[in-house]
Amino acid sequence: MHVIEAYDLTKRFGNLVAVDHVSFTVEESEIFGFLGPNGAGKTTTINMLTTLLNPTEGSAKVGGFDVEKQDGKVRETVGLVPQDITVDDDLTGMENMMLQAKLYHVPTKVAKERIAEALALVGLTDAANRRVETYSGGMRKRLELAEGLIHHPKVLFLDEPTLGLDVQTRVVIWEYIKKLRDEQKITMFLTTHYMEEADILCDRIAIIDQGKIVALDTPQNLKDGLGGDIIELEFNRKMDDQTETLKSLPQVKDVKKIGDIYRIKVLKGEKALPKMMEDMLKMNLRIGRVSLVKPTLDQVYLEYTGRSLRETQGETEDVWRRMRTLRRVRE
Amino acid sequence: MIAETIALTRREVKKWMKNPFLLFMMFIQPVVWLGLFGKALNLTSLVSVPPDLLAQLPPQFRDQVPVLLNRMISETFGGTADYFTYMAAGMLSVIVLFTAMFSGMSIVWDRRFGFLNKLLVAPIPRGSIVLAKVGSSVIRGMFQVLLVFSIAFAFGLQVGDAFGILDLFGMLTALFLLSLGLSSMFLAIAIRIKSHETVVAVANLLNLPLMFASNALFPIKQMPEWLQTVARVSPISYASDAVRAFILHSSAGLDAAKVATDFQFLIGFALIFSLAGILVARTGLRKG
Repeated sequence: MHVIEAYDLTKRFGNLVAVDHVSFTVEESEIFGFLGPNGAGKTTTINMLTTLLNPTEGSAKVGGFDVEKQDGKVRETVGLVPQDITVDDDLTGMENMMLQAKLYHVPTKVAKERIAEALALVGLTDAANRRVETYSGGMRKRLELAEGLIHHPKVLFLDEPTLGLDVQTRVVIWEYIKKLRDEQKITMFLTTHYMEEADILCDRIAIIDQGKIVALDTPQNLKDGLGGDIIELEFNRKMDDQTETLKSLPQVKDVKKIGDIYRIKVLKGEKALPKMMEDMLKMNLRIGRVSLVKPTLDQVYLEYTGRSLRETQGETEDVWRRMRTLRRVRE
Repeated sequence: MIAETIALTRREVKKWMKNPFLLFMMFIQPVVWLGLFGKALNLTSLVSVPPDLLAQLPPQFRDQVPVLLNRMISETFGGTADYFTYMAAGMLSVIVLFTAMFSGMSIVWDRRFGFLNKLLVAPIPRGSIVLAKVGSSVIRGMFQVLLVFSIAFAFGLQVGDAFGILDLFGMLTALFLLSLGLSSMFLAIAIRIKSHETVVAVANLLNLPLMFASNALFPIKQMPEWLQTVARVSPISYASDAVRAFILHSSAGLDAAKVATDFQFLIGFALIFSLAGILVARTGLRKG
């Protein structure tokens, strides 16, 4: 049985189509990732799957329950670790956890055991009785993660779980997430705009761009699907579009021009590059800068969307929210 | 439903009980208000007869003048001993108004910081979110009322000679009804508002008219006709009226007819506004 099924899931806000006919399934104890820039529709998808928003079109089931018609059942099945830090600063870590347990009807006695267990898992046992105000950003995020586990959800939704955290803390959180999946067999749906994170954590990745899924596969298959290495080159001066000339070279499989940079797909880049350079010199094309890139998810993303993840801009609301989260994390 | 409401109410109460600065402000604010308004604007001493004028009067009237003046003022201020007592009684309703406004509107903060989404994802009845907001607002209001009343008492509020624990209870009941209605109303207003700026603007817009278009600080009689009409339907007027009646409870008896009218109005107000407010607020939590 699929734990999450989405069919043509669509959400419109006025004229804006935030999520556009998205379909996918997630299997039990799989870590499934939504990778995309700000404003691509990742959070909106999570909000629909966790019953915070109704889909405009299409349908989705989580744990076998319809997100619209059986929203109560869905809420009992899922846990959500939101992008915002929502733990209450004025309460202690323990009080936050107890409140969460009450909201999920976990009996006090069971709750105490589970809280101890969850806090140990995220390494916050010692800080449990301190006010959250005194926590660092990473600790807050970990507390948020622990809260999501208190009722032993079948499916855990993680919206940008490591947004704004430093590298060490991110690695720690990745380990927790993997441990959870391995030990508790929890199915995870996570969104991220960090390539690395998607690559390390996810069993399968959907690349989402402007509300649409543009690719969906395992990280390895996505990388293999690039069909070779990428040579990025720039000429030493402005000149007319040389795409066709480059395509005529024997080693070249495909060429894409992004700004002044040509992305050339070749097999065995190390061997192809020197020969190509010789040929280009004969044609009086002088190279200003060249690099050989082995396939990464970054390349996959660029390949499918024609844009680098770093340069994409989200809508204002999203950027604002992100900045606030970053600010709170860094406090 | 009840368990969740209690858990959420406890969160709200803990939030401000644990905040020493907020507690300090809660204490200092009424002191400032009572001191500034009640003592500085002491109308009883504002009106006095110049000594030369007094000297012209026949001796047998001379002693009667201050008594007469005091009676006139007391009459204007509904029988209270001085303006401070009049104003302190009204202040209790104003404090309820302020507390209801700000804690009812704290839902905007919860929405902004994502806490509301956390509640909406949880398998709890939507009503419990709304009830906890109203409940904690009422609890806080009552706490403030007791605080202000104690401070006013220390500052020289004069109660009637038959004032007792039942009158205190009656006062609190009237203010409880006011708080219930107002908290629900403000929650309903704030439920769909998304930004802090908007909610502060709305609060400022409502707060002064509601406070002044009532008999809380000044008697209605001196107001222009149109303002009197507004003040006559203001629940704050009725609550202040009831509170004053209880404070003035003397051996001559409680003004039972007045209290009955006030309570009829307040019960109606609380019922209609809390039911409507809670329904609107629940709808406001619906999914987009």
